[in-house]
Amino acid sequence: MKKTMKPSFTWRNITESRLFFPLVALSLILLFDFIFIPGFFTIENREGNLHGSLIDIFRNGSTVMLLAIGMTLVIATGGVDLSVGATMAIAASVAGILMNPSALRNEVFFVTDPTYTFQPLGVVIAAALFVAILCGLWNGVLVAYMRIQPMVATLILMISGRGIAQLITNGLRVQITYRPYAYIGQGWIVLPFSLYIVAFVFLVTWLMTRKTAIGMFIESVGINFRSSFFSGIDEKRIKLLVYTFCGFCAGIAGLVASSNIKTSDANNIGLTTELDAILAVVIGGTSMAGGRFSLLASMVGALVMQAITQSMYAIGVPAFALQAIKAVVVILVILLYSEQVRGFVRRISAPKKEV
Amino acid sequence: MAESSQDILVMEGISKAFPGVQALDNVSLTLKRGEILCLVGENGAGKSTLMKVLTGVERPDSGRITLDGREIQAKSPQHAQELGISTVYQEINLCTNLSVAENILLGREPHKWSRIDWPAMYDLASDTLRRLLGVEIDVTKPLGSYTVAIQQMVAIARALYIASAKILILDEPTSSLDVTETAQLFKVMKKLKDDGVGIVFITHFIGQVYEISDRITVLRNGKLVGTYETGSITRVGLISNMIGRSLAEFDEMSKTKLESGKHIKSEALLQARGVGLTGSIQPFDLDLHAGEVVGMAGLLGSGRTETAHILFGAEKPDAGSISVNGDVIVDSSPLASIKHGIALCPEDRKAAGIVDELTVRENIVLAMQASKGWLKYLSLPEQYELAEKYIELLNIVTPSADQPVKNLSGGNQQKVILARWLATNPQVLILDEPTRGIDVGAKAEIQKLVLSLAEEGKACIFISSELEEVLRTSHRIVVLREREKVAEFAGEVDEKTIIHAIAGSES
Repeated sequence: MKKTMKPSFTWRNITESRLFFPLVALSLILLFDFIFIPGFFTIENREGNLHGSLIDIFRNGSTVMLLAIGMTLVIATGGVDLSVGATMAIAASVAGILMNPSALRNEVFFVTDPTYTFQPLGVVIAAALFVAILCGLWNGVLVAYMRIQPMVATLILMISGRGIAQLITNGLRVQITYRPYAYIGQGWIVLPFSLYIVAFVFLVTWLMTRKTAIGMFIESVGINFRSSFFSGIDEKRIKLLVYTFCGFCAGIAGLVASSNIKTSDANNIGLTTELDAILAVVIGGTSMAGGRFSLLASMVGALVMQAITQSMYAIGVPAFALQAIKAVVVILVILLYSEQVRGFVRRISAPKKEV
Repeated sequence: MAESSQDILVMEGISKAFPGVQALDNVSLTLKRGEILCLVGENGAGKSTLMKVLTGVERPDSGRITLDGREIQAKSPQHAQELGISTVYQEINLCTNLSVAENILLGREPHKWSRIDWPAMYDLASDTLRRLLGVEIDVTKPLGSYTVAIQQMVAIARALYIASAKILILDEPTSSLDVTETAQLFKVMKKLKDDGVGIVFITHFIGQVYEISDRITVLRNGKLVGTYETGSITRVGLISNMIGRSLAEFDEMSKTKLESGKHIKSEALLQARGVGLTGSIQPFDLDLHAGEVVGMAGLLGSGRTETAHILFGAEKPDAGSISVNGDVIVDSSPLASIKHGIALCPEDRKAAGIVDELTVRENIVLAMQASKGWLKYLSLPEQYELAEKYIELLNIVTPSADQPVKNLSGGNQQKVILARWLATNPQVLILDEPTRGIDVGAKAEIQKLVLSLAEEGKACIFISSELEEVLRTSHRIVVLREREKVAEFAGEVDEKTIIHAIAGSES
């Protein structure tokens, strides 16, 4: 009997791999950096911790990577979650208010003591993530049980979420000075601490989707929900699960982001990151129509997004022009990814067949 | 081959190879003016490839195509259309939300004051339909409000209007039509024939071949078997030519059926009591015994599929109860049914059966995995073992278990779905039109399989529009009419009795 599992490293297999094009895109950007930005690849060793532009790409990309993990699963079911940025803000507000509740008394109170917190760190994190999960659950119920189109359903929270985040903090920005909390986004154990969080969430998600049947169910629902229903898969519950999980990921991203800037800024935390996350997933090759997904490819996609941003800053593109430049690069990447272009690349690069 | 002026299309010595397959090997075909030519053959015989070569979707490796005495090579379907070759596919490529008139004239609307002249457009559309097809309908209504047959005709009208077609290719237009709709379509085809259009008609229904065609061209494995005058070849002869073997297998089947009939248990395996759903199906009683195949006959829309869905839990009944081995199914859902050992191969293979981008292996393990729950994940080696087992058992033709199921032929996709259900080890197997749109050889295989499953002690419900098939495979036949179970026949019955029951007329 044929063994079909053996991977073979032919040229075709490599170009067909989901990771191929995202990696090509990333390499091109890094090649650009290598040529035009001196010292981009320099990595310094400061007191045992590694610093440098490359490390920064990973560190600053950690929020988008976290979002992309949840977003991949949502998109694989044929949906989309526009509310992750708002959910980040809500989680950050919950965390902020629990560490520094002065805003509730309508006063801006600058805590100077880095060891002061109103609630212990465990409670702060648990509460923030719990609220983020509720946000995801809300989206899931709307999409799976109310049958509202995902884009519309999540738009509701996207719009109202920042309002909710401001309500929580009484409309004020909450300063976060509690040092252990700052460690989430700013800590360093050889590599930035946030990377370990990303790695952990990634690993758990990968195990959950690829070592249980959930991954297959998600793909099946995304490709053909009717067939899945007739096969006994509870399609609604799968959708509820992925939106809830996406909310959870957004919650973690919110913690990392707020810890990074030491405030819970309801207006700016996670602003437009939902779009970065969606693009990361698309660059990673998951179809917006749902179906096959690759978490790893989405991670590379997130790094592509961050590498673009970082490179543009490094060569001195002003912040206001960044979005435009980013758009151009994203178009190039997506073009690289399109079936037509792929077929073209395959034709010109495939070794000639022996006749 | 001498070209007479009667021949509108001559295809000579067409060959086409795909990697690993010789799809067409020196195939020739002639079509006369005002003729209906049936193109028949099993799946993979090369019918569609031949038509793709003709319409410019594929380029032939060798061969010559002459249209009206001039040699042509269509570069694209559009180009073919300009040359006068129009195609209407099985799946209708029209916009159901637009009006009939818009569908026919899309892109060619009459204008006035640089706006669309709606009254003129409606006149033009209904005139086109009347003149070309002899069909009178309200062209202002959305296309979706008409039956599939009418939609099919609108597609034909569009094809004929856009380019005054000399040749019309109809690729399995009748596969989703019922008897009256088919008759309607045939009337239109005959009119076109009288107008001098050459029609290539591809179908799986042998009965229709004899009803409508003038000549029959048979392909098998990419080779031309022969072209016959319709009157000069018997059905048996035609089918033997198509599948390249005799019909002994079908006779054998009747024997197997009698043989397996002896194993039917007396106590009921599945019991439905007063099960019904308002607006879907009238309450009915049904007993299924182990070892039995129950055929379900009735016209399209008589409630066959609804009955299947309710028994499987895809739709919740609002009356009555279903029990398996005396165990009542409480909250009916597909999952609950699977756990009780009921399986359903749904009617619409594409929309409700296969998950096209998943591999053959994943498609096969899907239902079993769903019933086990997400935590008890079958390891990959276990999945491969299961998949390979069924690929061998059901003779599924696929390069590997890792092939996306969308790359398989219709018959093989159907077998994959059967494999999916057999993997759950069901006691009751409901098959809704399992042989639709698949070739004669695969049909026979599936019918045999159903009988052998019954022999193993499973109970099967076999639903089919082809009465012959129902009669051949079933020990008992249930007849539905207008969403109601109207009759039940056990033992030997003849076709006529059943047709009378279906039609509701007194014999």
